[in-house]
Parts: sequence; structure tokens; C-alpha cells
Amino acid sequence: MTSALEIAQTVTDPELPMLTLADLGVLRDVRTEGDQVVVEITPTYSGCPAMGVMRADLVHALHRAGFADVDVRTVLSPPWSTDWISDEGRRKLAAGGIAPPGAAPRHTGPIPLSLGPTRRTATCPVCGSADTEELSEFSGTACKALRRCRSCREPFEHVKEI
Amino acid sequence: MAHEETVYDALDHAHGGEGQWAFGTGFDDPLAGVDTTVPEGVDPADLGAYCLMLGDDALVLCQRLTEWATRAPELEEEVALANCGLDLLGQARLLLARAGSCGVLGRSRDHATDSIPDEDALAYFRDPDEFVHHHLAEADGGDFAQTMVRLLVASSARLALFARLRDSRDPVVGAIAAKGVPELTYHRDHAARWVLRLGDGTAESHRRAQAGVDAVWPLTADLFTATDVEQRLVEQGVAVDPAATRDEVRDVLTMVLERATLTVPAWPADRPSPGRAGQHTDELAPLLATLQGLAREHPAATW
Repeated sequence: MTSALEIAQTVTDPELPMLTLADLGVLRDVRTEGDQVVVEITPTYSGCPAMGVMRADLVHALHRAGFADVDVRTVLSPPWSTDWISDEGRRKLAAGGIAPPGAAPRHTGPIPLSLGPTRRTATCPVCGSADTEELSEFSGTACKALRRCRSCREPFEHVKEI
Repeated sequence: MAHEETVYDALDHAHGGEGQWAFGTGFDDPLAGVDTTVPEGVDPADLGAYCLMLGDDALVLCQRLTEWATRAPELEEEVALANCGLDLLGQARLLLARAGSCGVLGRSRDHATDSIPDEDALAYFRDPDEFVHHHLAEADGGDFAQTMVRLLVASSARLALFARLRDSRDPVVGAIAAKGVPELTYHRDHAARWVLRLGDGTAESHRRAQAGVDAVWPLTADLFTATDVEQRLVEQGVAVDPAATRDEVRDVLTMVLERATLTVPAWPADRPSPGRAGQHTDELAPLLATLQGLAREHPAATW
């Protein structure tokens, strides 16, 4: 029988379907407590509207695999970071036309204000050019920014660092 | 004929056929599985009241931001404001759920049917005098410039508070704050860049940005005086005294305005926040009517 962990690792993100929840770093733990499978997931953003679907998809995948008793729990701490997206996840994002994030900022003390244009870089997932510009720090989902390639002119999304 | 009557039935079927309240999101409880034990020595009523304050600030400002949907000056900006609103809504849901877990439900629980989760009862079934957000959140947004000034002030104050709240002795509040910090950092940067662009832009954009500053500034009087509940929780290491954030918030706002060639008005004298005591302006009732109308007309509706 396939283990609960292996089943849970196949469940994909509802908004980034090229990634599994494990690739995204949202799947925090899968363990067995007696006859119950306990799955822990963490939201990417506080308002992530996909949490309910993630929970339902995990429960159904595990039910189909024969695990009758499944409890999906939310963990809030430590907060999710794009640094938790796996290397495999980053490859899948780029292959899916979405630029993966760079390293997330880490601050100690007061959080500095950033008034200039963002200095982050992202490579165009279409043509590979590094000459890209940010159109908006906010895009179709909370976790992405909108950019444009200056070489091939294609717009693309970028998972922004958090 | 297909098994499912409508596409919505099909969607519902695909997700197990469980009716979905909370506007069809499938969220039952954002704190599902989180240990909501109240720390020893902390009054649950105080902790719940505090979470309601922080939750209402976010919920009401979110509603104001979403008013820009279909009206923003450019599509990207509409998406940006909706994204900021979504982050705040997420923070509000967690905080309202935390208030509910502390047993703080106000009169609303009696109005709402039993099948509605606590957070929804708090959001959709409280009356205006039960809301405890600052007036800053509910004030009419004015034009786009004023909206950005308000977002700058609100996100600067909330970020300074949340950065300190990460060390709260209540682990749930601490975790909510830690999640909120990077979100609020994006909001503050975004608003600051717009204030800079508008203030240091054309004569007309400068005029509007200054008018926005002049309209919003008096509302900062409410932000830095702790309520009795906050004072008790500060002593217990659960809450942050808003007075401790005042200098940092004023420094950030002054820096942005000066860079934007805007005049920093005189700071108003601090006063106890009327909003925290449930006293609101006439602008709140219409806002809540929009927010709550559907839920009240169709309580416990599922789709």
C-alpha cells in the first residue's frame, strides 16, 4: 500500500497546478496517529483563498487511497516563505511560464521602507533574457508580481519573495 | 441530462458535496487544528476583545479598498488594491476566529443562525456600535490620492504594531502577526511609492495628494492611545502598547511626505480612539450594509 505521505505528496496546488503542495512548501507534515492520518498545511498568505480546496483535495486523495480517517490541520508558525519552494518546484514554475522567486528578504529591527523601483531580478521564462521590468508588484494571485520582458516583450508572472 | 444540474453543482460535487458557507470559499475554520488555548493568566475576554480590534481594522479597511474594483485608474492598480484587501481580509478572518475561540461574540451570535461559524457571525451580524476599528479604517476613501495616503498611514501603523506583536505571549496572535508583517511591508511600500509619485508629480497630482494628507492626518490622533484592555494585555506580554509605535510611524510618514515634496501637517494631539469604544461616524453604516447585506438576506446560504 502506498504510504499516506506519498499520496499527500502527489496533491497539486489549485492555483499553481504545475506544483505539488510539497514543491510549494505548503505541506508541512504527514504522520499517522493511531488509525488517523494527520496532515499539516500552512497558508502562503493570510488571505490565501485556496486553503479550503487544498484541504478538500488532500482529504479526497487520501480517502481514495484507502485512508478513511484524515485530519488536515492548519499551522501558522513559522510563516511560509518562498524560500521553502523546492528546487524541483522552481524548475516546474519556470517550465510553466512563471519566474521563480529569488531569496526572501530577512530583516532584523525596524523593517526598511523601499521607495525606489524594486531591485529584484527575474529571468524571462519565455526567452531567457535577464532584461525584464516589473509592471506591478501585485498580480492575479497574492503570491505573484507582474513583469514584462524587454527583449521578447512578453508579459509574465513572477512569484514574489516573501 | 447531465448528473449535475448546474456547473455549480458539479463544482460542489467535485469537492465532496459539502455545502460551502463563507461565500463559497470552502473555509470552515481558518484556525482548524491550531491550538487555541488561552495563555495562563490571560483573561479570554480581554484577548478576544483585542483580536476584535485588530481584526476590525483589517476587515473594514479591506472593504474600503475593494470599493476600487472596476474604478481604479489602471487595471494593475485595481489588482493591487484587491490584493492588499485580500491580505487584510485573511488577517481579519484569523483574528475574528481567534476572538471567537476566546468566546467573544458580542450580540451577533444571537442574530446569526447556529450553522454560521463564529468569524462569519462577527463579520456579518454585528451592528455598527459593536465594531471596534479606528475611524481611519472606515473614513470614506476620497479620491485615489487620498486612498493611497490612508493606505500608507494604516499600513505603517499596522506594520509597526505587528512587527512587535510577533513576540506576543499568545502564540496565535504572534503567528498571525508574523504572517502579516511581510504582507504589510508590501502594502506600505506600494502606498509610499504612489504618494511619492503623486506628490512629486504634476501640479494637479500634488494638489490632490496634499489634500489627501490634510484629510487623513486628523485621524492619526486615535492610533496611539491604549484602551484599558490593551493596557492590561501589555502588562501580560500579550499586546503591544500603540504608544510605543508612535515615533517610528511618524518618522516613516514624515520621510515619505518630505521625499514627495508634501507638507507634513502638525500632528494632532493623541486622544482615546472613539472607534475602539464602538463610536463611529455616519460613514460606517452604509459600508456595513454593503458588506453584510447578502449574508443577512440569505443566512447560512450555501452554493
